Amino acid sequence: MSKIILAANNLVKRYDDVCAVDNLSFEIIEGECFGLLGPNGAGKSTTIEILENVISADGGEVLFYGKAIDDRFAQSIGIQFQSTALQDYLTVSDTLRLFRALYDNPVPTEQLVEDCALEELLNRDNRKLSGGQRQRLLLALALINDPKLVFLDEPTTGLDPQARRNFWQLITRQKQAGKTILLTTHYMDEAQILCDRVAIVEQGKIIAVGAPDELLLEHLPGMMIRLPSSAINHCQLPHLNFEFKQDSAQLISDDVNQTIAELLNHEVDLTGLTINAPTLEDLFIHLTGHQLRE
Amino acid sequence: MKRLFALWYARNLEFVRDRASLSWNLAFPLLLIFGFAFAFGNGQPDQYRVGVISQPIAKIADKDSFTNFSEIKHIEFISYDNQKSALEKLKQHQLDLVIAPSIDKYWINQQSAKGYLIEKILLSEVKSPIQQGQVDSEPIRYVDWVLPGVIGMNMMFSGLFGIGYVIVRYRKNGVLKRLKATPLSSLEFISAQILSRLFIQLSTSLFIAVSCIHILDLKMNGSYLLLFLMMFCGSLSLISVGLMMASRSSSEEFAGGILNLVSWPMMFLSGVWFSIDNAHPALQTLAQLLPLTHLVSGLRDIMLESANLTTLLPNIFTLLLITSCCIAISAYRFSWGEQ
Repeated sequence: MSKIILAANNLVKRYDDVCAVDNLSFEIIEGECFGLLGPNGAGKSTTIEILENVISADGGEVLFYGKAIDDRFAQSIGIQFQSTALQDYLTVSDTLRLFRALYDNPVPTEQLVEDCALEELLNRDNRKLSGGQRQRLLLALALINDPKLVFLDEPTTGLDPQARRNFWQLITRQKQAGKTILLTTHYMDEAQILCDRVAIVEQGKIIAVGAPDELLLEHLPGMMIRLPSSAINHCQLPHLNFEFKQDSAQLISDDVNQTIAELLNHEVDLTGLTINAPTLEDLFIHLTGHQLRE
Repeated sequence: MKRLFALWYARNLEFVRDRASLSWNLAFPLLLIFGFAFAFGNGQPDQYRVGVISQPIAKIADKDSFTNFSEIKHIEFISYDNQKSALEKLKQHQLDLVIAPSIDKYWINQQSAKGYLIEKILLSEVKSPIQQGQVDSEPIRYVDWVLPGVIGMNMMFSGLFGIGYVIVRYRKNGVLKRLKATPLSSLEFISAQILSRLFIQLSTSLFIAVSCIHILDLKMNGSYLLLFLMMFCGSLSLISVGLMMASRSSSEEFAGGILNLVSWPMMFLSGVWFSIDNAHPALQTLAQLLPLTHLVSGLRDIMLESANLTTLLPNIFTLLLITSCCIAISAYRFSWGEQ
C-alpha cells in the first residue's frame, strides 16, 4: 500500500493584502515525483518553503509520515532553492565538505560526485561555475544527507535546453533510486517528463491534481487540432466549437478523421493545420483561461 | 561541534583566499604605523600640553603668579581632578608639565626634552617661588603611543565589517537561507562566525603588533600573555557589536551606514590618535561606553606601563559586559532570512 510521506493540510500564507497560499491541501506519496505547476507568482515557492519548514504558515499544518515536523525533519529532507548563492572563494570540493559536516549521516563524496557529474569541477571556485554546473552542485547539496524527500524549486530555470535535459537525467536517476521528489516548475514539458503526479496551482489555490495523463484525459480528451484563425474566420462551422487564441483557433477532437472531413467539406484551407496530443500547457490554459507566462 | 568546526574552517578559507581583503587587513595597519614611525619617530606633534591639578583652567590666570604663564600661546592646558592621574600622564609623556597653582608646585619628567623647555618658560614667567617635583620614565615616542590605538582600530574595522557586512551579504544572497535548511542551529552558526573572526583578528593583530615592536623597536613593556588576553576580550566585544548590527538587516547599504555610524565615533573618541582628556566631559562619558576605548586603554597600559591583570580588570570586565549584552541582543534578534 502506498505510504503518504508528506501531507499539506489547509495551508494559508498571507503577505499584507496578498494571499500567496490560499487553503491549499495535497499529499505526496513515498517514491513519487510530485510536481507543483503554475506561472510565476502562483504561490509555488511559498508553498514549498512552508513544506521545507523554511517559512511558517499563517494557517494549516504539514505532516511528515503523519506527524508534525520536528527537529529531525532537516536531517530527512534535501532542498534545492530557486536562487541560492554559495560561499565565495570556496571550491566545489570545499562546499561539499562543509555541507557533509552539517549532517549526521552524509553520503560519501565519491557517490555524490558521480551522481551529479561533478568530477571535473571539484577544484573549481563556486563563482566560476556555469548555470548548469551550479545547479548540479546544488542538487548534490540537496542529496548530501541521503534524504527521503527532495525539494527542487524551479531547478532548471535559466538553463539552456541541453543543460535542462542533462539535469532531467540526474533527477530521473534519483527517481529510479527511490527518492521522493517534490518539484516546482513553470515548464510544463519538464513536469510531463518527470512527474508522476502534478498539482496545478493558480493564485495560491490548487485547481487540479492527478497524474498528467489522467488529468489530460479528464479535461482534454482527444487530440488538439490547431489552425490559423484566418483560415476559419469566414466559415460557418456549426458542429465544430473552435476556441480562438490570438492568431490561432483550436479545438479538442475525439475523432480527428471526422473533424478533418468536416473542415474539408466547408472548404477550410488546411495550410498551417497541426494535430497534437494535448499537453499540460494546453490543460493549464483550458483550466485557467490564460497562458502560463502571461 | 563538527558542524561548528566545518563552518569555522570554511569561513577562514573564504578570508584567506580573499587576497585583497587579507592583504588590506595586514598591510593597512602596518603602513599606518610605518608612516607614523617615519613622521613622528622623534617625538610628538608640536604643542606643549600642561596638566592643571584641582583647578579649573579658566581660574589659572586668577592666581597672580601664573597669570603670565597662562597667557602664553601654543600651550594646551588640561584639567585633572587628582594629582595621581596627572602625574601618570606626565610619566607616559602625554603631558609635558603638570602644575598645581593652589600649592605653587609643578612637576616635570626628567626624561622629556619638551619638559625641560616648558620648565624654562614656566620659571621665566612665574615670579614667585615655586616648588619643583619630578617624575622619571623613559621617553615615549608618539609612534609607541599610537601603536595600541592602530591595533585597536584595525580590530574594530575587522570585527564590525568583517562579521557584520559578511552576515548581511550572506542573508541578502541566500547563503543564510540555504544554511537554515540544514540541521545547523543559529547558535552554531553565530558561534562559528565569532570564532572564525576571533581567530583571524587575533592572528593578524598579533602579527602586526609583533612585527611593529621588533622591526621598529617599539615599546612592549608588559606581558604578551596579557596583551593576548586584552586582544581576545576586545576582539570579542567588537565582533559582538558587529553581530548585533547585522542581526536582522539584509541591505548592505543600510548595514554599511550603521557600521560607519558606530565605527567613526569610536575612532575619534576612543583615544586611537590622540588623548581625549581635554574633551567635553559628556564626550568622555560617551567614550567610556565604547568598547574600543577600553581595548586601546588596556593595550596601552600593557605595552607602555607594563600593567598587571588587576589594573586591567575594569577594562576586561567592561568589554565582557558589552560582549554579553550584544550577543544576547543578537541571539534575540537574529534572522536567517530577509525581513
